[in-house]
Amino acid sequence: MNQTRQILFDEPGPRARRRIRIATVLGALVLVGAIVAAVHQFASHGELAAERWQPFTTWPIWRYLLTGLWATVRAAAATAVLSSALGLLLALGRLSVHRPLRWAAGAYVEIFRTVPALLLIYVTLFALPQYGLNFPLFWKLVVPLVVSNSAAFAEIFRAGILALDRGQTEAGLAVGLRRGQVMALVVLPQALLQLAPSLVSQLVGLLKDTSLGFVVSYTELLYSGQVLSSYTHLLIQTFLVVALIYLVVNASLSKFARVLQARNGRLTGRRGRRTRDLPPPLIEGNTIR
Amino acid sequence: MDALTAHLSELGHGLVTTVELTVVTTVGAMLLGIIVATLRIAPVPLLRAIGTAYVEVLQNLPLLALLVLFVFALPTIGISFPLFTSAAIVIAAYEGAYLAEAIRAGINTVGVGQAEAARAIGLTFGQSLRHVILPQGLRAVIQPIGNICIALLMNTSLAAAVGVVELTQAANNVNLLEAQPIAVFTGAGLAYMLLALIIGQVTGLLERRLAIVR
Repeated sequence: MNQTRQILFDEPGPRARRRIRIATVLGALVLVGAIVAAVHQFASHGELAAERWQPFTTWPIWRYLLTGLWATVRAAAATAVLSSALGLLLALGRLSVHRPLRWAAGAYVEIFRTVPALLLIYVTLFALPQYGLNFPLFWKLVVPLVVSNSAAFAEIFRAGILALDRGQTEAGLAVGLRRGQVMALVVLPQALLQLAPSLVSQLVGLLKDTSLGFVVSYTELLYSGQVLSSYTHLLIQTFLVVALIYLVVNASLSKFARVLQARNGRLTGRRGRRTRDLPPPLIEGNTIR
Repeated sequence: MDALTAHLSELGHGLVTTVELTVVTTVGAMLLGIIVATLRIAPVPLLRAIGTAYVEVLQNLPLLALLVLFVFALPTIGISFPLFTSAAIVIAAYEGAYLAEAIRAGINTVGVGQAEAARAIGLTFGQSLRHVILPQGLRAVIQPIGNICIALLMNTSLAAAVGVVELTQAANNVNLLEAQPIAVFTGAGLAYMLLALIIGQVTGLLERRLAIVR
């Protein structure tokens, strides 16, 4: 941020300062106007009335929503563990010295990187039961998410492994380690450390993906909101609160990713660069969010 | 296979809706992305804060939650649009945040000397952005922008969850009628892969034509 700031403008002089003040006032006016318009819309449809917000100060409502959040976290955790394990195997497969293995892993990644998760969810919901594969509700959400997220994880791991300096692998082989040992003892530990921020950001994407539980009727946070609002008829209030909960959880995870990123930057600064440039982790890459 | 040929028009309609939604949303998200990226690097602290807040909020909310909020909840305060328009607005707003970050990353790759030179010859912030920084910055991030467009294509499928009959929903409807899931879903999956491939090819072409080799 600091860097960008210095690129585009100098330290403001008196005229620039006046322009900045004018722009600030205009910006503030637009912002205030938008807020007033929103409040007016809420008020004119009676959605600001105290009794329409009061339920969200009571424990039973929060207990229900937090139960939903817990279900979201469980689904996200299961998806994260399974798809990162599968993703690592796929990445190793794509970098393997055996051609068929490379080909199979490559095909899997290329296919499931470009098929929407919702389509996979419809397959588990409506197609697989016809062939006798009827998962419990939890797995109807988790299995398709694992299938699509593992392809995304595979690409992250592959990028990380490829970004590590080749000298590391060559040195490992030179001291007599086998390929598997080089990967497990030399390459992966360093690559994973570098990848930590990207992996955490992928976690944010994955947590957002679990909102597809809405389609499966698995009572994670979003579907809990839906169920709650159909009882209370507090539609906009419920979904705003649900959005707020998502925001708090995901923003904390994103913040954590940035902290890890900054720490990695310091570490590589001190030890000298061993990796080539990684793609910036907070940009949506090849994965659906 | 019969299921596919018998319902070609439904599936075709779905495919066309997906393509329309993707194109409209890409254009909207790109404009929004440039605006938000500009806000985030503006000399005015308040505008920077607005840009940052926009990106933070939109990137950390699930797209489906935004769609549900916009399509089902906003009508209760008297704001409603046709379904397709709502879906397009929400997806454009969501992907706009990601594009803004990609564009900002591109702007960061432009050499400091370029901006200094632009200021030295007397260009204003807007002029140096338009004539010097953006043309170079955008060229540096063609590939990431292409990846976001592919993600956008896949995200248009979420419009199905709020009732837009696009490719995913059309495939599901046909399968419910015909009960031939393998043919129908494989067909839909292949169509998505084909569309993603086209986006990838276009990106590659643009990259070869436009990228600046340093």
